[in-house]
Amino acid sequence: MAQTTHPPGTGGHAAPGGEGASRRDFLYLATGAVGAVGVASAVWPFIDSMNPAADTLALASIDVDLAPVQEGQAITVTWRGKPVFVRHRTAKEIEEARTVNLGELRDPAADDARVKKPEWLIVVGICTHLGCVPLGQKPTDPRGDYDGWFCPCHGSHYDTAGRIRKGPAPANLVVPQYAFTSDTAVRLG
Amino acid sequence: MAQAHAPQFKNPVVKWIDSRLPIFTMLDHEYNQYPMPRNVNYLWAFGAIAGIMLVIMIATGLVLAMQYAAHTTIAFDSVERIMRDVNYGWLLRYVHANGASMFFIAVYIHMFRGLYYGSYKAPREILWILGVLILLAMMATAFMGYVLPWGQMSFWGATVITNLFSAFPLVGDPIVTWLWGGFSVDNPTLNRFFALHFLLPFVLLGLVILHTAALHVSGSNNPLGIDAKGPQDTVPFNPYVTIKDGFAVVVFLIFYAAFVFFAPNYLGHPDNYIPANPLVTPAHIVPEWYFLPFYAILRAIPDKLGGVLAMFGAIAVLAALPWLDTSKVRSCKFRPIYRQFFWILAIDALVLGYAGAMPAEGVWLLVARIGTAYYFFHFLILLPLLGKLERPLPLPASICEPVLKGGGRVAAGAHAKPMEKA
Repeated sequence: MAQTTHPPGTGGHAAPGGEGASRRDFLYLATGAVGAVGVASAVWPFIDSMNPAADTLALASIDVDLAPVQEGQAITVTWRGKPVFVRHRTAKEIEEARTVNLGELRDPAADDARVKKPEWLIVVGICTHLGCVPLGQKPTDPRGDYDGWFCPCHGSHYDTAGRIRKGPAPANLVVPQYAFTSDTAVRLG
Repeated sequence: MAQAHAPQFKNPVVKWIDSRLPIFTMLDHEYNQYPMPRNVNYLWAFGAIAGIMLVIMIATGLVLAMQYAAHTTIAFDSVERIMRDVNYGWLLRYVHANGASMFFIAVYIHMFRGLYYGSYKAPREILWILGVLILLAMMATAFMGYVLPWGQMSFWGATVITNLFSAFPLVGDPIVTWLWGGFSVDNPTLNRFFALHFLLPFVLLGLVILHTAALHVSGSNNPLGIDAKGPQDTVPFNPYVTIKDGFAVVVFLIFYAAFVFFAPNYLGHPDNYIPANPLVTPAHIVPEWYFLPFYAILRAIPDKLGGVLAMFGAIAVLAALPWLDTSKVRSCKFRPIYRQFFWILAIDALVLGYAGAMPAEGVWLLVARIGTAYYFFHFLILLPLLGKLERPLPLPASICEPVLKGGGRVAAGAHAKPMEKA
């Protein structure tokens, strides 16, 4: 570009043969680069202001009391604005989750990698397809073909370890960060 | 926009202004003398109708924005307050909500008119691409507007659509977090959607001005798809087209008013009168009707990223249309084979729309897949081939020839009449 607008040798002080031209090219490029960095750094605050704010990030972790949840029951708690499914699995459900051939899974993960205590499954209750809340928490809800959850929006089926088995979702239900603070209490976050 | 004979303004104030800023000359040139092909039919009125709709949406939107509160705790209630307490609030909101549907009806008819009569072909490619950009801006605006009442469909529609971006590998999740301004659709999301919903109509207005400017360079297409060859083929915009478009606008407004006054919620979804609840997804999430064909395409592809790409591709393919259609003949009137496929595409769009409203399972999933396959087949395979294989019918020599049997007489009064008003 610089060559066409400022042909070598026409600048008076530029030496014929291109030494001056290349020096000028360098100045153009350097000025352009500084300008681009300047624009980028001026634009960044605008873009980053749309990212989660400090008060949104300062999310209190929550404590959940598991004592009242009987075997076979499930509760939904809200954490970071999202539903979290806590299910007290039955022996049959644990068995189902463990006996799956991992090679058949779309997003292979062993059951014990997804739970800290086999009877407690804790997953974020948001379908990994397009973010709906799957059904299966209430006893009257459809639980899909694998006894886990069924997303009514686009028909994804999750199993008793919250793994995707059928339907359009690409990944398993997310396991949040959590730790057991006692035998019957867990802290999310 | 210079012209041979500049208008003479009698009013001294108009003359004074015009000699300093020639807006009256420009208006006279673009909306008074602008030559329209004399054979345009009522389908050509939908551009004007869409323009009127944009004005109505901006006007009602402005006063609604004065009453609306973009905060998750009160957004729903502020909309109900508009409905119950604000003077004429019910009317303004129903005009605005149904106006979105009417705007899309006008634009979709306008687009199919362009498809049928080949209005996208040279030299109108940029005009057409600006139209596709207008459609995209409209879709973004309509989507964000639907989120503002903060009902169940608002919330879950926003969740599903913003989650589309999570399909992109690596950058997907940071983009979605950035769009939300948090870890889920929440107050920051509502707030920015309101800001953007206010901004985008003015971007849209800018695009419409460019669209009209590009139109007035090449001139309007017409049902024969051949260029106007002289004054015997055209009539001045005013009064011929202003009256015709004006009549069409009135008929359209009657249709619009019928919805506003007699079925204001027919095109909406009752679930949106339930306040947003992040813990309960409605059993059946459907977007507004004007998104249904694209929603069907999204769900037809069994892969998340693939579905998202197909949906955006369905619009992108429209932008490439001037180069995909290899036929030199514009109008379907002279393309006997393409004409039939045009109607198949129109039916395909309706079928996709219907499938998009149905649950994505069983027969409807199959219907959506066939419809999606045909949609892309039509644009990507059929149109390039058909331009080479089809033998078009002979084109008439000029626009006035089929009417006047070669007489070519200047339409009485069309050009003889001197301009009286500025």
